[in-house]
Order: sequence, then C-alpha cells, then structure tokens
Amino acid sequence: MLLLGGIGRAGRLSASVHRRRATRMPANPEPAGPSATLPPRAKLAVTAGKVAAAVSRTAGRGSGSVIGGKVALRLDPDLLRSLAENLDVVLVSATNGKTTTTRLIAEALKAAGPVVSNALGANMPAGITSALADGSDARFGVIEVDEKYLVGVAKDTAPKAIALLNLSRDQLDRSSETRMLAERWREGLQGTEAVIIANADDPLVTWAASSCRKVVWVAAGQAYREDAWSCPSCGGVMQRPGEDWFCPSCGFRRPQPHWALQGDHVVDPQGSGWLIQLQLPGRANLSNATSSAAVAAVFGVHPQIALQRMQAVQAVAGRYESVQFGGREVRLLLAKNPAGWLETFTLIDQPPAPVVLSVNALSADGTDTSWLWDVDYERLVGHPVFVMGQRKLDLAVRLEVAGVHFQVVDSLAQAVAAAPPGRIEAIANYTAFQQLRRDVRG
Amino acid sequence: MSESALRLVWVYPDLLSTYGDRGNVLVVERRARQRGLDVARIDVRSDQPIPTSGDIYLLGGGEDRPQRLAGERLRADPGLGRAVENGAIVLGVCAGYQIMGHEFIDDMGQRTQGLGLLDVWSTRGEGARSVGDILAEPDPRLGLPTLTGFENHQGVTHLGQGVSPLARVSVGGGNGTGDGTEGAWRDTVFGTYLHGPILARNPSVADLLIKLALDVSALPPADNTWYDALRAERIAAVQQPAQ
Repeated sequence: MLLLGGIGRAGRLSASVHRRRATRMPANPEPAGPSATLPPRAKLAVTAGKVAAAVSRTAGRGSGSVIGGKVALRLDPDLLRSLAENLDVVLVSATNGKTTTTRLIAEALKAAGPVVSNALGANMPAGITSALADGSDARFGVIEVDEKYLVGVAKDTAPKAIALLNLSRDQLDRSSETRMLAERWREGLQGTEAVIIANADDPLVTWAASSCRKVVWVAAGQAYREDAWSCPSCGGVMQRPGEDWFCPSCGFRRPQPHWALQGDHVVDPQGSGWLIQLQLPGRANLSNATSSAAVAAVFGVHPQIALQRMQAVQAVAGRYESVQFGGREVRLLLAKNPAGWLETFTLIDQPPAPVVLSVNALSADGTDTSWLWDVDYERLVGHPVFVMGQRKLDLAVRLEVAGVHFQVVDSLAQAVAAAPPGRIEAIANYTAFQQLRRDVRG
Repeated sequence: MSESALRLVWVYPDLLSTYGDRGNVLVVERRARQRGLDVARIDVRSDQPIPTSGDIYLLGGGEDRPQRLAGERLRADPGLGRAVENGAIVLGVCAGYQIMGHEFIDDMGQRTQGLGLLDVWSTRGEGARSVGDILAEPDPRLGLPTLTGFENHQGVTHLGQGVSPLARVSVGGGNGTGDGTEGAWRDTVFGTYLHGPILARNPSVADLLIKLALDVSALPPADNTWYDALRAERIAAVQQPAQ
C-alpha cells in the first residue's frame, strides 16, 4: 500500500480494515490495479479519503467508506476515472439483486484475476470511489451502481461490461418513475463501448439496452410484471403470451436470448445446460446467477467454473442469513419493494411456518408506505404472522384487508417468544432489516 | 357473479396504478364483502372498453406519460361518461383526478383536454413538489371525519363553480392553489390528491362510496380497530413532525 507511507495511525487502521473488507485475491503477478499509477492529485485524494474514513469509523459511524469517498472526490473530482483506468470494470445495476449479483460476478471473475468490489452495497459515486481506492492489486473492478447514477459512473469508469437485471417501482416518493430511469439508461448508454448483459424478459430493461451496439440478451425471468404492461417505446398495451412479450402497436418485442435460465440450469449460447447450485435461496438468485455467468463469459470464464465459484457465496451483507435468536432459528430476508417482496414470498417455508414482517419509513426506505398495497400479502394466508417496525400499523391494516391472521408486536424478541414451532422467516425493508440484524446480534 | 353484486371497476391498472392505488380497490372490495355484499371486481386495461354498468369506478395516479395515454384513451371511450350519467360513483386520485377535469398538463408540457366530469382544470405548479403527509377537514355535508393521506404531486388544480372542495387542508398542499382547498366533488364524482392510499387511511370514505352506490344512508358496522389505530398514529405524527 504505497499510499500509506506518511499518514500515521489513521492510515494503518484504515488499511487493516480495508484488507478484511475488500474482495481480493492474493498476490497478482501483473503490476496492474487502480491506484498503482495514479497522478499526484489522485494519490492525495485517496489518502485524504482514507483518513476521513478512519476518523468516521473511530467515531463509530459505520464503515466510513462513503465519507471517505466524498472527501476524496472533493479533492479530485476525476478520481473515480483515474482509479478505474487500470481495471477491467463491470457495472451492475437494477432495482433488485444488485448487491447479490455483484458478489456472484466478483466470485466468478476471481477465476481470471484479482477483484476489487464495493461488496457492502455502497453504490453511489462516493462509495464506489472508496471501494476502488482499496484495490491496488486488482485486475477487475466489479461495481454495484445505484440505478440513478449508472450513466454517470459508466462515463467515468469506461466499463468493459454492464449488467442490467431488472427495473420496477421502488421508493416512488424520492426516485423517478421506472420508465424515466429506463429512458435515462437508454440515452446515456447509447454510445458505450461496454458489452451490455441485459434481461430480455424485462421490457423496460430491454428497451434501455436495445440502443446499444453490443448486447448479450439473457432470459433471466420476470416475476413482478405490474410495471411492464405499457410499452416503453410507444405506450401500447403489451401482450405477454407465456414467456414471450410484444407490443402489438409498434412491434417492439422480446429479443432472442443468448443465455437462459431454465429451471435450475443456465443454458449457454451453445445450448449446453449447467446446473446452478447456490447456497442462496430462491428463483431471483437463480436469475442473478444466470446473468452473472453471462458476464463471466465476456471475460473468458467458462460457465461451469463461474457457477462453481458462485456456490461459495453465502449470506451477502446479512441477507438470507439464518441466525439463532431466543433459542430459535430466524432467517433474515430483505425486501424493499413490491418485486422484492414477491420474490421473497416464493422462497419462504410453507405454512404454518411463522413469518415476522418489519417495515420502517425512514428516508432510506422512502417515507411513503403506499407501496405496501402493491405487495401481494394475500400470499401469507395460512402463516402465523407477526408485524413490527415503525409502520406496523400500516402493515396491520394491509394484512387485515388481505385476510391474513396477524399479531402486532413491539420487538423481534416478543415475536419469537410468541411464534409457533418452525424456522421463523423475518422479512423487512431496508432500515428495518438493519435493525433486525442489530437485534439478533444482541 | 350474481345480478345483485356490487360492480367495482378499476380503470386502467396498466396506466393508472402507482403509490399503492390498488389499495383503494382492495379496501372497497373488503369492506363491501364484510357487509355481506357480493362484489364483482372488473379490472379494465387501457386496450379494453370501459363498461357503462359499473357501480363504483376507481382511477388511480400515474406519472406524466401514462396520464396522457390514459386521458387519450378515456376521451376516445364514452363508457365512463355514460356511467356517470347513469349515476355511477367515481373516485379519481392524483392523475385520475386531473384527467376528470377540463384539462391538465401532459408529459410534453402541453395543455391536454380531460373528460370534463369535474369542473376543474390543472396546471403545473411553479414551486416545490408537494410531498408528504397531509391532513384535511372534509366538506361537512359529506359527514366524514378528518382525512389523512400522503400527497406527492407537482400539479395545481383550480376549482370552477360547478364543484365544491372535498376538504380544507390543515397540513400539506392539497390543490396547491393557495386557498387551502383539497380535492373536488360534485354529486357522485370525487377527485383528490390523497394517496396513502386514501381509502386505507380513511375507511369512512370507502363506506361513503358504497353507501352512495347502494343508495342507503347507513351500513352495518365493520371492525375498524386497526384503521383507527393507524389514523390516530398518522394524525399525531403529522401534528408533531419533530418526534
């Protein structure tokens, strides 16, 4: 870590924490990597960022990666560009599955070289800059990007590949509508040199990607379709017979996929099927693994090797993690929007498995809880359900109307004490999920 | 479906369904069934004709482009207008409210003709977008308690002589005209900027729609425990935003 020479304890503290956190392979024979050949201003910015991050951590304010990145970007606005210059960059964006897919791709690409990644989900420019500043010996940068920042980060990092997984409604009171996002992607990515790996089963993603030159289409599936009935191109009403989709008004239609998820197999462009064996549950993760295999192939990693490596991925940032709490097994599941809840309902244990729901409405969650009515809570009929979180009363009314039996509780401990036997499935939105993780750690 | 079922029409879920507007449909359906009524729910996509024989029609919100598309398709379909002539009950929320007026501003910034079912017209506000919890005191003639909801709109809606304000805002923006009005109504047609969704936060409004549809002055009681708890919490939260 040549940058840390003169900055004393704060720098070393920062370096040791970074080493644990960064997704990285041991020694790389090639002297590549983002910070090896930085211009002086960029080096100063990286150093300043690390000091700020260390101060933030010492003060107990989380990992410090975001504040560190902000300080660094203020000193050198071109820092992200400089850091990315010596990396093969892969960007991953979507409404759902960004963090997990970033992790799966990072694991797969380690077969070809060292990887640096924003593995903790800090997915805006400051967090991305901070993560890349850690990867001095990496060949690949696998970067999760917030949907709203994708175009800007793509301009800064000149990626070799961009994976576009899905788009659906999410936190409507603070972000723009899904079609506007798709339009921003479409216009902003038009001239990119990157290979776009795009979900052909998602009409909005397809529309966003279809103006790009090099697209690898993946039939990765789409469970939640409520934002995909209106043709993104002309506004016609979409027809969706079986797996196919098309607009009868303008002829916009599903492209022929190169890769496909079929059951629990990835089918590659040669037509060979490869079994997906993940520790992560659910259809959505099979879909994420399929897109990840297609990305890995762009860098010459064979799908069999890629999928083998993905098998090692367990809980990502605590998601899907089973923990012991109050003498019971509790599985922690994150669901932030209607599409995410729908995917989560398909993977939980059958009734009468007990279910805990926790919903907050802080600014990171979106302060409007109306989205609860776009979620099919009717699917929980038959489960004993416990509701908690800041907006438990919104949940209570929602479940009452859904005809679900529920009990309102004040804490996870109370829910666990009252829950009938069986593994407890605890599903929560963003900050409520973080609270659950703190609760189970005690 | 039986002849005697309450016919509940959800207009254009493919275009006008955002901010949980589906909840309004679910709440009417639930509360009608709790009173022993059969409910025939009819979801009408924007490539299908609007039936004229519905009892209650619900139009939700939508962003600018879907709103324009919905306006174009509804103008080309006489179904909703005929239903209103027959005395049908209509609730339009946000974009659905604006479409029912004489005109609104579309996604290209153009003034676009609405359905003229309410004597209102909408413009785009110059100031900040109205986003947040809202409280309003309804028109006393409607016999409703305080309205609570969540608004999220840039539009400003001006009321003509042919309608009355649905409510007077105590917290929030409402119609955005600076006179404190929120929503509009006339006879059996109601428009509002309240999401939340409005009927989940205000079950008495759902009951009002059902009563008007049945032409009765009262309904058997329903269990309002959780609705009341939610209402009390939201009203208190809005009045003390610092906590």
